[in-house]
Amino acid sequence: METGEELLRVEHVSKSFGAVVALADVNMRLWPGEVLGIIGDNGAGKSTLIKIICGFHRPDGGRIVLEGREVQFNSPADARAAGIETVYQDLALINDLNVFHNMFLKREKVKRLFGVIPLLDDGAMRRTTEEYLRQMKVNIPTVDAPVNFLSGGQRQAVAVARSLYHRPKILILDEPLAAMGAKEARMILDLLLDMKRTREVSIILIAHNYLQVFEVCDRINWVAQGRILIDRRTADASVEEIMNLVISEYRGEVV
Amino acid sequence: MTNAGTTTSARLSPVRSLLYRREAGIIAVAVILVLLFQTFNDQFLSLDNILVILELAAEIVIVAVGEVMLMVMAEIDLSVGQVFALAPFVMYFAHQAGIPLAGGIALGLAAGGLVGLVNGLMTVRLALPSFIATLGMLYAVNGLNLIISNGYPVLTPRAGLLNLVMGAGKLSPFLWALAVVVVFVVVLNKTTFGLHTLSIGSNPVGSREVGINVDRVKITNFVLVSLLGALIGIIEAFRITSIDPLAGGTEIMLQGIAAAVIGGTALTGGSGTIVGAGIGSIVIAALSDGLTLLGFNAFFFDMVLGIAILVAMVLNVQIVSLRKRR
Repeated sequence: METGEELLRVEHVSKSFGAVVALADVNMRLWPGEVLGIIGDNGAGKSTLIKIICGFHRPDGGRIVLEGREVQFNSPADARAAGIETVYQDLALINDLNVFHNMFLKREKVKRLFGVIPLLDDGAMRRTTEEYLRQMKVNIPTVDAPVNFLSGGQRQAVAVARSLYHRPKILILDEPLAAMGAKEARMILDLLLDMKRTREVSIILIAHNYLQVFEVCDRINWVAQGRILIDRRTADASVEEIMNLVISEYRGEVV
Repeated sequence: MTNAGTTTSARLSPVRSLLYRREAGIIAVAVILVLLFQTFNDQFLSLDNILVILELAAEIVIVAVGEVMLMVMAEIDLSVGQVFALAPFVMYFAHQAGIPLAGGIALGLAAGGLVGLVNGLMTVRLALPSFIATLGMLYAVNGLNLIISNGYPVLTPRAGLLNLVMGAGKLSPFLWALAVVVVFVVVLNKTTFGLHTLSIGSNPVGSREVGINVDRVKITNFVLVSLLGALIGIIEAFRITSIDPLAGGTEIMLQGIAAAVIGGTALTGGSGTIVGAGIGSIVIAALSDGLTLLGFNAFFFDMVLGIAILVAMVLNVQIVSLRKRR
């Protein structure tokens, strides 16, 4: 994967909240089509790093380079416009809205009554959503039901599908497997493996479970104390090696 | 999930889609009420009495529609009943100052909209709960109404046809109410603005994350409910031919909220129905009228309405859990 120019470079990025240093000095690279896993303890800085990349926070120092050009995001909308989509941990789905309204929220398809009055084109949104979810092999009972009638895994799949619909360059998944049963997690992992096969989008996957990360990722970054301390390709390492590296880091040994 | 070929296009069965309709309960209640009243007094469904009920309902529903737009976002406006009285006074004083009546109506509506704007700004920018912000506004505007009127009612100005259109005509209040219901059914269910309103009520954080301008949508809805309050205040001024500083008030505001609740809109946000509020308004009007026809006094109306609100809430909660169980 690591050939040609990086899609995304995070260079010497730092971020503090008051006296708390969330990110000390982060350097991260992402190549086109790559699946990058980011692991680390709670409070290590994973979430802050992600929120800077997706435009939620602005870094105190350092820079972000997307396709060779330095970018500054003032809001998640800026990042989205630049091709960076994020599926948040708390799922930005709207529980009381149906699946196709969620799919198109803030990007609604509109038809004009009498050529003037803009009304929602529910028919078109429903058809497109059904067709698209079928392509993605995401199977849900009906797109007419509010999303709170779906299971956790189905909701996560809809959230991922929604983020992919507008063909982002980078898809960030913030702990998509958290609080999910084995069967549901498998479903999402399969979805990720499907996406990985096409290599049309680069994925940053934040997770806790080393085995799951190892299965789908090309490369793994371990974040601790506001830095990326381990950067290894999964092809060159085993899960045990990475876990040992992490353990030795914890013991304060030099890697 | 990943097994291909299975359909995602299954539409809801008729029975299930009925359960998805929040209006189901209120329609049943309305039908039972009508049958009951008609059984005990065959004048209930006479044309004259139906017109009386629709006139009563028209007043309630215009307020109820506005409250639905707010309750869908888990907000509320307690001051709408005072805007009801303020708007026709602004119209009256503008007319006294030599402005044509149509201009006075516009100024009355604008005054209402301004109150809504302040309500919205206090809720959104100053982060006051709308219950408190509009409670303060309720008293402030009530005081203002009493000050500018010295506490006395005045006669509604006359301008012929305009009076008929704006409320003096027999069917005018009902037609205005019908128009408001139709417009807001479309606004809430068929426009991006309505979708964003529902979205904010269901998940404000998620709505912000997808880029919805939450503050603007909220403020707009506060302005809308006040505009509707001003509109019905003006319509009633033309219908009754006098302008009373104590017209509307908490009574109409609470009946509007009651109609919304009975119709199937909870205060929790995320869902609501304009049609339900319309039927809820008719149920309240029919209750008031029917109980009077049967010889009960107004005390019974309050008690029955109170029980109806509680039963409606219990039914709503039960229907939601029934739907979840599938």
